[in-house]
Amino acid sequence: MRITQGCFSFLPDLTDEQISAQVEYCLSRGWAVSLEYTDDPHPRNTYWEMWGMPMFDLRDPKGVMMELDECRKAQGDSYIRINAFDSTRGFETVTMSFIVNRPKVEPKIRMERTEVDGRSIRYTHSIVR
Amino acid sequence: MNDETVAPDSIDLRAEYEGSGAKEVLEELDRELIGLKPVKDRIRETAALLLVERARQKLGLAHETPTLHMSFTGNPGTGKTTVALKMAGLLHRLGYVRKGHLVSVTRDDLVGQYIGHTAPKTKEVLKRAMGGVLFIDEAYYLYRPDNERDYGQEAIEILLQVMENNRDDLVVILAGYADRMENFFSSNPGFRSRIAHHIEFPDYSDEELFQIAEHMLTDQSYRLTAEAQVALREYIGLRRLQPHFANARSIRNALDRARLRQANRLFTASAGPLDAVALSTIAEGDIRASRVFKGGLDSERKAAMAGVK
Repeated sequence: MRITQGCFSFLPDLTDEQISAQVEYCLSRGWAVSLEYTDDPHPRNTYWEMWGMPMFDLRDPKGVMMELDECRKAQGDSYIRINAFDSTRGFETVTMSFIVNRPKVEPKIRMERTEVDGRSIRYTHSIVR
Repeated sequence: MNDETVAPDSIDLRAEYEGSGAKEVLEELDRELIGLKPVKDRIRETAALLLVERARQKLGLAHETPTLHMSFTGNPGTGKTTVALKMAGLLHRLGYVRKGHLVSVTRDDLVGQYIGHTAPKTKEVLKRAMGGVLFIDEAYYLYRPDNERDYGQEAIEILLQVMENNRDDLVVILAGYADRMENFFSSNPGFRSRIAHHIEFPDYSDEELFQIAEHMLTDQSYRLTAEAQVALREYIGLRRLQPHFANARSIRNALDRARLRQANRLFTASAGPLDAVALSTIAEGDIRASRVFKGGLDSERKAAMAGVK
């Protein structure tokens, strides 16, 4: 099942050239770009593993692309995403995040219904490989 | 360059030169930097090569991205960093680097303190320099022959690799004193073969240093009296003979101290209101008070005396 999280996730996967152009945009806005990866794309799994430090003083997307290549080499069969952090006072948050790498076989997300308190229903999701 | 565009039949080099903005950079270089004739010539040659190379590319002739890594050798204070900054601008205008910023580093920024620290540190710097120019000042410190376990070697290997693989992404400029750079290159042949342009920075003559001094003062809206000019010329001649002479940097320091003395003189001696002329005039005494006229620093004078005996 195709996981849809972050920007562009309903579009076909971005090519390296397109990723580079997006990073260029992030850098032009003065955002710090970082890479994260995980094998668990559950929507509640907010914090993915960091790939190195966030890159705070880049001028050119090439630096990010080099790191992405490294990360793909090491974690090719994981989800990898690029985050852009806006440090402007008042924002101080991730303003853009998009997936740049997916595993060959993506896990499914299954919804489970549990009846509680009579006929009320609680929902929960779990990853099924 | 887009492959789909139709190659034009001819190209006007002059228009290219003016259109690319290379002209402004070169004129700025001529105007702002005094002396350094051989350096300017070499830069002009390089610019011509890059322009022709670019024109060839536009006409669809066979071309290869030229190796642009350079080494700047020369004594301290001969303008290596300033020229590197201009070079970054020039390469950017001609489209050989994408962003045209200069990242200036020394050994400390590249080499780590323990095992496994060097590679991430060097890569960090390289990532920062992508799309621009990486200026490594006093590059020979990277290589320490006396310590075979020195981490500098690791930084050198990463640098060489990136210089080869990412030629389109960044230009590396190594700078340092001529003799020590020579040593550095002979013990790291990989560097010599990857650097196409070796540019030597000559020392400034006394007259050029004087012009530089005037240039600096004009920038800060100061002026010298006629006697102070004579004193400054004498100062330059004497300073050159003393140890730790660093060309333009020595002159800048001397002028900073002269301004200090001028301020002190005005502060202690003035009784009434001062006008702009008084505030911006450096008198003979401000320069003559320098220790250079008494033969240098006390410690150095003693050392020199001991040497004579």
